[in-house]
Amino acid sequence: MSIQTWTWILVGITFTLYIGIAIWSRASSTKDFYVAGGGVSPLANGLATAADWMSAASFISMAGIISFGGYDGSVYLMGWTGGYVLLALLLAPYLRKFGKFTVPDFIGDRYYSNTARSVAVFCALLVSFTYVAGQMRGVGLVFSRFLEVDINTGVMIGMIIVLFYAVLGGMKGITYTQVAQYCVLIFAFMVPAIFISIQMTNNAIPQIGFGGVDENGVYLLDKLDQLHRELGFAEYTSGSKSTLDVFFITAALMVGTAGLPHVIVRFFTVKKVADARKSAGWALLFIAILYTTAPAIAVFSRTNLIETVSNKEYATVPEWFKNWETTGLIEFNDKNGDGKIQYIGDASLNELTVDRDIMVLANPEIANLPNWVIALVAAGGLAAALSTAAGLLLVISSSVSHDLIKKMIKPSISEKGELVAARLSAVVAVCVAGYFGIHPPDFVAATVALAFGLAAASFFPAIVLGIFSKRINKEGAVAGMVVGILLMLFYMTKFKFDWFGGGTKEDWWFGISPEGFGTVAMIVNFIVSIVISKFTAAPPKEVQEIVENIRIPSGVGEAYNH
Amino acid sequence: MKSYWKTNLRYLLILLIIWFLVSFGAGILFRESLDTIRIGGFKLGFWFAQQGSIYVFVILIFAYIKLMNTLDKKHGYNEDTND
Repeated sequence: MSIQTWTWILVGITFTLYIGIAIWSRASSTKDFYVAGGGVSPLANGLATAADWMSAASFISMAGIISFGGYDGSVYLMGWTGGYVLLALLLAPYLRKFGKFTVPDFIGDRYYSNTARSVAVFCALLVSFTYVAGQMRGVGLVFSRFLEVDINTGVMIGMIIVLFYAVLGGMKGITYTQVAQYCVLIFAFMVPAIFISIQMTNNAIPQIGFGGVDENGVYLLDKLDQLHRELGFAEYTSGSKSTLDVFFITAALMVGTAGLPHVIVRFFTVKKVADARKSAGWALLFIAILYTTAPAIAVFSRTNLIETVSNKEYATVPEWFKNWETTGLIEFNDKNGDGKIQYIGDASLNELTVDRDIMVLANPEIANLPNWVIALVAAGGLAAALSTAAGLLLVISSSVSHDLIKKMIKPSISEKGELVAARLSAVVAVCVAGYFGIHPPDFVAATVALAFGLAAASFFPAIVLGIFSKRINKEGAVAGMVVGILLMLFYMTKFKFDWFGGGTKEDWWFGISPEGFGTVAMIVNFIVSIVISKFTAAPPKEVQEIVENIRIPSGVGEAYNH
Repeated sequence: MKSYWKTNLRYLLILLIIWFLVSFGAGILFRESLDTIRIGGFKLGFWFAQQGSIYVFVILIFAYIKLMNTLDKKHGYNEDTND
């Protein structure tokens, strides 16, 4: 059977499964809709968190980024996993004990102020929207390449599916679909990795395989370093970023991960505090399976790519090369007219550009794996993109229906009314996300990584200080968040969109890239919060009691209505 | 309550020091010197950055779960004991 037939079959089966789960687990109350009724088991929550977390970026782009960046790609590996340690140790248990529905809920109550709540809602919406647009784009990419439908039609199909289970099932529907989506995506990621690992190194475990030897007894990593040196690329295991920048980017990604509202909110869905800790552990374990495999795939596909195309006659390139060329994601420009592909580090002589995002999708084809494996990867990419999109849409819709409408605009709204509002805002959010998927503004690609900087600069200090200090008051927290997010927005727009006079790499402050600047903005947020709190009145007694209370795990009860 | 919180903070401090050492330490700041040591095909610093730190992160969280469950029990803060 052809790749396309296989893809239709596998995508059809998985989509039917997701819709079936959505119908079975639809939400009947706001508590169902926001936190899945608060009764999800830690294991299921761990699986759902892993799927929620691993987006199109993790599944489709990350191995490709590492493949092209070598050691530089480590920032994503450490950053996107290390954040879970912060989450499990510093945030999740306490936020669960606090027991509300959303992150702005915590900020608003802990800092006894609707100003703090509005700032939090603004940050949550900003972070979630920049992130969700990238997911819809990922859906479109998979559809257009493997099902040969128009990229916009692909986005529309994805929208309808997400709309169906997010609007119907809320958090409850999303949680159980995400459990299924994790299984699909991890299977789809591991099968080709194992195949290729056996093919190239004779070892079925990719994590060990990429430290192994090829058929000539040469260590794979040494061979790759050698190839990179010959072709004039930066050595694979050393990379080209400065140590300082690697440090700051890793820190920004870690802290940003811990501050992402769609991840935090997952820990509101379990029964008790101990379960929140436990599900963070499960989540990281499930994430680690993919994250430790990705660098192996990166090495395999990089070696394969160079060996397949470098210095080969263009006329004899394999079929996958031509297929990707038609999507514009591989471009060959025979500058010296010799009919051969010169793929080298020197940009003025290099004749081949390969979009990093295609490495995972093209990898099975490059390695000549059977058609069903290639189709499986397509289904896995869709699972990854859809599960993350759904989680983000829920944050957007609950920010509107719960934090804005119920808590600020119309507190008298009935439970039923709030549920309707939640569903309506989910519909609007899906349409907006779809619009950005079809008409991607230039900033999407640039800002998905920056969403982490924004989360690091705004939420993380406010939440951590709110738990670990009784002295931090609303003046301090609000000032910290506002200064943090504005500073981050300023630096990001200055160097990414050329606002405020723009600037180049040489103008970066202390040589820190915009991706790593979230760390600086976070530190500034911490300092501003602490200093301003010191010079203003201590928080009221009730608030200090809340803080005392969230530090003790017992007495959590059901996630209560309020 | 006081001693519970103090012990918790001590656990956090120790675990976060390890967290920092394996990632920012071994994977970034000391990578180049660690890279002179090799385990099979891996340079050690590179291995910590792309594999080792992640394994340690997982272990850290499960260690914290274990430590805190014991501590909760000791202070009578554990809820149902059915798991």
